[in-house]
Parts: sequence; structure tokens; C-alpha cells
Amino acid sequence: MQLVLLSTLPGFLALSYQFGWGTFINLIIAVVTSLIAESAMLALRNRPIAFYLKDYSAAVTAVLLALALPPLAPWWVVVVGSLFAIVVAKQLYGGIGYNPFNPAMVGYVVLLISFPIEMTSWITPISLLPEGVTHPGLWESLSIVFAGNTPIDGVTGATPLDLFKHSNGLVVDQIYQNEALFSQASFAGVGWEWVNVGFLIGGLILLKTRIFTWHGPLAMLGTLALMSILFWDGGSSDSPGSPIMHLFSGASMMGAFFILTDPVSSAVSNRGRLIYGALIGLLVYVIRAWGNYPDAMAFAVLLANFAAPFIDNYTLPRTYGHTDRRKATEKQEEE
Amino acid sequence: MSRTWETPGGVHPPENKSQSMTQSIGHLPIPGTLVIPLHQHIGSPSKIDVTIGQTVLKGQTLTTVTNSNNLPVHASTSGTVIAIDDQPVAHPSGLTAPCVTIASDGRDQWIEHAGITDFRRCGPLDLLQIITDAGIAGMGGAGFPSATKLSPSKDKAIDTLIINATECEPYITADDAAMREKAQDLIQGIEIVCHILNDPKRVVIGIEDNKPQAIKALRPYIQESSIEIVPFPTKYPSGGEKQLIYILTGREVPSGGLPIDLGMVCLNIGTLIAIKRAVIDGEPLISRITTVTGEACGVNRNYEVLIGTPISHLLTHNEFDENNCSRLIMGGPMMGFSLTSTDVPVVKTTNCILAPGHSEIPADTPAQACIRCGLCAEACPVSLLPQQLFWYAQAKDQERLEAHNLFDCIECGACSYVCPSNIPLVQHYRNSKGEIRKANIDKIDADNARQRFEFRKLRLEQADEQRQAKREARRLVTEQARATSNTSQPGSSAADIIAAAQQRVITKQASPEQQKAKFERAVLAAQSRLQEAEKRLIEATTNGSKQQQTICSASVESARQKVDQAQYRLRELTE
Repeated sequence: MQLVLLSTLPGFLALSYQFGWGTFINLIIAVVTSLIAESAMLALRNRPIAFYLKDYSAAVTAVLLALALPPLAPWWVVVVGSLFAIVVAKQLYGGIGYNPFNPAMVGYVVLLISFPIEMTSWITPISLLPEGVTHPGLWESLSIVFAGNTPIDGVTGATPLDLFKHSNGLVVDQIYQNEALFSQASFAGVGWEWVNVGFLIGGLILLKTRIFTWHGPLAMLGTLALMSILFWDGGSSDSPGSPIMHLFSGASMMGAFFILTDPVSSAVSNRGRLIYGALIGLLVYVIRAWGNYPDAMAFAVLLANFAAPFIDNYTLPRTYGHTDRRKATEKQEEE
Repeated sequence: MSRTWETPGGVHPPENKSQSMTQSIGHLPIPGTLVIPLHQHIGSPSKIDVTIGQTVLKGQTLTTVTNSNNLPVHASTSGTVIAIDDQPVAHPSGLTAPCVTIASDGRDQWIEHAGITDFRRCGPLDLLQIITDAGIAGMGGAGFPSATKLSPSKDKAIDTLIINATECEPYITADDAAMREKAQDLIQGIEIVCHILNDPKRVVIGIEDNKPQAIKALRPYIQESSIEIVPFPTKYPSGGEKQLIYILTGREVPSGGLPIDLGMVCLNIGTLIAIKRAVIDGEPLISRITTVTGEACGVNRNYEVLIGTPISHLLTHNEFDENNCSRLIMGGPMMGFSLTSTDVPVVKTTNCILAPGHSEIPADTPAQACIRCGLCAEACPVSLLPQQLFWYAQAKDQERLEAHNLFDCIECGACSYVCPSNIPLVQHYRNSKGEIRKANIDKIDADNARQRFEFRKLRLEQADEQRQAKREARRLVTEQARATSNTSQPGSSAADIIAAAQQRVITKQASPEQQKAKFERAVLAAQSRLQEAEKRLIEATTNGSKQQQTICSASVESARQKVDQAQYRLRELTE
């Protein structure tokens, strides 16, 4: 778990460089809230507090949620999300190991549905800030987060996925020319491409240290790429965007390596994890392309969490000495 | 070189084998007392054949064999039988079991014995009898009687003999040492078994590649023969019988089956050497090679140990430091079990005594929650899903456990070894297996009881039907008789019939006095029933439910009506 925390560092640094202090403040609020909530719940449930806090699972949930939230979101948004993740999604189901849904994503979805405005106002990446405008400093950021001051104009803006969602009538080439988010990008979308690269690096470190297997992330990214290649119609006004943009925008890399790899709520066998990952990749693309939300990682992961037991049922590995695979619900034949 | 196959899963724990291989196989002084358990194999124990105070010689049988899954045990040295009672034995739960205790006389005097000079002249059955009489059971761990394994069977011919020289458990080097120092005995043992099996097509020694010296020691002996040595990469648990068969042949023993289903038989190094000694030297199985190792022992070494030697004897001769010992393990760190006492004796399956230091194998850390990371599923050599099994074991969901093939678990401990939450998974599986076995026995008992009950019900029903049929037959007969009498009488209308019946009743009735007495009795009986009913009603109103009250008041009402009727009839008669 500590290693997971460390591996979020590249992504965190990229976010902080591109969007300022907001992510750091989110992180502090989320971690503090989560640890307090976890301790309180453990105390209520008569469980040893120090023993469970030392597994770092609450901290991991808090960090993942904080990284997913928009920087400079009001403090209470972060608090509500953290509380919901720890209290409802995790502890009420029985604590670590027993939660059927990814706690961080439950927290995120609750916030997205309840506070859509706060949740969709993202910060403008550093290189696109208007002339003379900088990201707010630490003190200013704190006042925005805690006192509700509004940041100066130009600091907030759309994300690449937002742009694609709300650019009806423009062909892809036009979007790419007109919008600075794309015209000044290296390969996918200003700011976001580097955030995704950061999470990709962190994910590869975890893969290398065998914290999780390649099955889930590869299936998810592969399916997302495949879908975006299949529906990339050369860049018409209906095109949902290029494969590179999909892979390196929004929560793609963070989701692939840090969210769907949560073992508790995913499918259990390697074959199961291939299906589970592919399902998430498919859902992410479907929701991004034809759904109401610009990004879809949280919804896709939660829907796949629902499906995980079902996937498990059909993906039991073939045991030594058996000629065929079994289904978990299959009854033993009467002998 | 022969092809090998790779099993799924597996782990690479630190081998820790070099410590005990610095010296050759040693011998210990004969212990003062030897405790020989009567039951050291899979099967039923044999019948005791000596009495307290009796003098026994080395190699003398202590028990007689009464049926085919018995094996005898023998005195490991000469001396006097001083006790025949229950003693603590090597068992995970620290159970006691019947044992013969021998006080050795120090002379170590052999009973008269003679081997066979040319085993090729003996038939397989004679050789198998010698193997049984020598008390030889699989010495790798399970203790399956070797003669049973090798017995010919009509429908299952054995064409492959596999010699298990894997010894994949960390620390244990007993087989490695035996191969290095007793290669000739081993090859002779193999030749005897080949003769018993009527020269199987393939004879293969499966060995992990971490034993180059053993391979080198064996090579000269197999130059001329058709015996193959197949080394394969070291990985735990390649030495499991089923795993080894897959590695060497690419075939899998069917679930619930035995290697013989594939025409194979698998024997351990120690067992083959014991077979050689039994046949060629005429010596029964009274000693074995055991590794004594671990940081808490000043000397780490293999010994030729007499069966029945107390563990404490081994430890005192190996500079055992009790204070530095985190636990005492019989077997290896993966599949062995902790001993609660140092008094337990070495038995035929004891391949290792491990006394690790505190830093070597620390005390158990508390188990944390399963986070379903799946490392266990990757380590499982038989492709189970250990985390799901654990889940269902906790829920005691026996149906799901069986659907997830719990009974194919070989209990190798690879899952527990990799578990980041330190969950003792194998213990949970063993426990669940026990519960399911018990539930199955209970189910058979319940089925039997139900069958008995249903049979009884059927029998009663049949008797009832027979009675009904008889009654019906009688009724038909009387009806027919009545019909014939009625047809003879004129005017057989309904009124006539009733009148005739009343007439019959009246004629049946006795005198009016008798009748009066009868009605009076009826009145009295009805009155007493009424009193009874009223009493019940009072009871019900004070402490019964509403429903009971209604029932009671209704019965009081009907009792009262019956009293009225009886009194009315009596009055009619007297007036």
C-alpha cells in the first residue's frame, strides 16, 4: 500500500505543476478527513484502530479521491467525498476487503451527481493561462478553498474531453486548430497529457514490482484504444476523438493503473481481470462518446464492480486433474 | 534429455539446504528408551504382539498383521518392553496414540535375518510380502503402504515408474544426502521395484536442479540401464506427487484419482532404499535418514535415526538452544507442523526436525483482512482461487467450497507463504475439509435413518391396507347376505328397513331396568365431562390465549348439550 502511495507521486507532481496548489490542498483535506473517519468507524465497530490504520488503505482511498477531484474545489466537497468513501462505501460494508465497490470512486460519483458545478470547473493548465495571469499561490488557494473566494478570470477552463463533448458541428481538425488546448499540445491535450504520462509511469512501477498483474490495465487500455480506433471516423464533426486523445485524457491512465487495480472490488482470476478491464475500457468509451458525462472512469469502474461476481462465476481457472472449467454456482453432481 | 513441463504457480522460498549438507550422514548413540507408535502409515493399525517385560531383539516384529491395509512395526534396537500405552506422538494436535516403549540394553543385537541373494528369481508376490513384512510405507510424508502401491491390478497396468527425488521443501536434505551416499542401494531398490512391476517401459528419476552432486553420484550407476535422470528447475512444490507427474510426463492425475489411473507409480528415495534393505539384506524398516537443522541447533546435519528415537535425543546431540528456538517443526517450514513436546518419537515419515531461531522464522504475525490481491491464486500449483476458498471457508459455504474444488487442494502452503495479510489459508482449508467430510458422514447417517423411517411407514401402510381390504371383504359378504335375506322379505322400502332396524335394536336391548341404568351412567359420564371442560375453561381464562378460551368455551357448551340430551333420554324412559 505504501508503494501505491509513492507511485502516485509522478501523477501528483504533474497535476500540481499543471494546475497549481489545488491538488495538494485536496490531498491534505482528504487524507485528514479519511483517517479521522476511519478511526471513528473502527472505534464504533470495536476494531483495533492502529492495526487497521497501518495498512494505509484509508490513505490510499483518500489520495486517489483527492487526485481525481478538481483542484481548488471547495473544502466541503472534498470532506463530503472522503466521508462517503470511507464511512459508507468502505466501513459500513465491513471495512477493508469487504467493500464491493471502489470506495474512492463511490465518493467521486456521489460528488459528481450532487455537486456538478463544483465538480466540473477545472483549472486552466499553466501554459494556457492568459497573459499576466498565474495560478493562485498557496495562501490565495487556501482562501479560495476554505473561504469560498472565486479565482480570477481565466484560471478555470475546460478539459480536452469537455471540449470534444461540447463542440457540436466542428470537425476534429477545426477543434484542433481553434482550441489552444489542442493546438499547443504535444500529442493529446495540454496539461492532461503529462498528467496521464505521470500516472502511466507510476503504474509501470507498480507493475514492475508485481503489486498487480498486467491483465486489468492492459485489457482496459487495449479496449479503450480499440474502441476509439473503430469509431475514429477520420475526424468528422461526430467523431468522439482520436485514440491518443482518449488514452491520454481525463482519468484514463489513473483509472487503468490505480483505480481498476483495486483488488477488493475487481474480479479475482487473471482471466476474470482481463474481462473486467475490457468491460471498463468499453464502458469508458461508450459513456465518453455517447453519454452525458465528458469522462466516465468512475461510472465504468462502479458498473464493472457490479459485474465482478458475475465474471468470477464464469472464469474459474481449470484445476489440476479436471478436464474442464467449472462455474462457481454449478452444483456437484450427485454420485 | 527428456522434455519437462512447467506447473502453474509455485513459489521460491529460501532453500536453506546447504547448512545440513556440510557433513556426511551421521549416527547417534542409541537412546535409552525408544517409543514406537503402532500406527505409522495410512491404514488400520496392526495388532500388538509383545507383552510388558518381554525381551526383544533388533528387527523383531512387535505387531501382527491382521488385514491387507496393516503394516507391522519392529523393535529398532534390542532391549526390554517396559510399557505398552498411549504416548504423545507426532501430530499437529498433539494427540496421544498407542506405543510400545523399549528400554534399550545397549547391545543393539539383531534378530536372525537373511536377505535374498538373487531377487530376480522371486516372484513379485513374494517380494511384495517381504516389503509388507518389513513395514515399509511411503517415507516422503504420506506413509502409504508401499506394497499396496506396487500390487498388480488386472485392469491397471503400470508402465511408468517415477522416482521422486525432488525434495522441494526448504531445509530438508535427507533424500539429497541419501542419493549422494547410498546411490548404489537406491539403484538396487529401483531394480527390485522394476522386477516387481515386470519392467515398466519408462523409469525416471525426477530431481530439482539444485542437487547437482546427487545427480553426479547417481550417473555412474545408470550408464548401462534404461533409468533416466530428469533434472528440472527448482520450484516449490514440484515434489508433490501430482506436480512431479505433470512435470515429467505432461499428464495430470484425474481429480480424486491416483497415479495408477495413468499407469504410473511414484516412489520416494527413502522408500526405495528401505525396499533394497528389506529384500537384499533382510532388514525391516527400523531407521531412516532425518535432517536436523535450524539456527537453534548448533549442529545441522543428516542422521540415520532409529525409528522411535525421541526428538529430545536428537536435539541434545545437536547443541540445541531452547532459548533461541521460535518453534519446533516436524517436516519442513511449508508443510511441516509444530510440535508441542520434545518427547515425541521419530516415525517412518519424519524427514526433518527443524528448530528455527527467532529471527529465522518469527512467531506468527496477526492475520489482516484479505484484500483479494490474488497473489495466492498466482502461487497455487493446482490453479485454485485460494482467496475465494478462504471467503467461502469463513462463510462455511460447503457447496461453494466444493464447487471451487477445495478437495483438489494439496495443502502445499504456497498461498499462505505469499499472502501479504499473513492469513493462515491452509489451516482454513484443512478445517473446512474436515467439516465437509463430517457433514458427508452425517448426511449418510441421516439418509440411512430416513430410509429406515420410510420403510417403516411403507410397512405400516401396507398392513393397514391389508386390514382395510379384509374389512371390505367382510362388509361385502354381510351385505350380500343381507341382500339375499331382504329380497326374501316383501315391501323392502326405506321405512321398512328402518323399522326393522329399530326392531332389532329393541330386541337386542335388555330389560327396562338395565336400560335405565345405562342411561343413568350416560348422564353421570356426561356430567363429569362437563365439569372437566369447565375446569379447563377456568384455566384458559386465567392464563391461556384467546384462542384457547374460545376452544374451551365451545367444548363446555357441547358437553352441556350432551348432558341435556342424556337427561332427556333418561326422563323419556322413566316417564
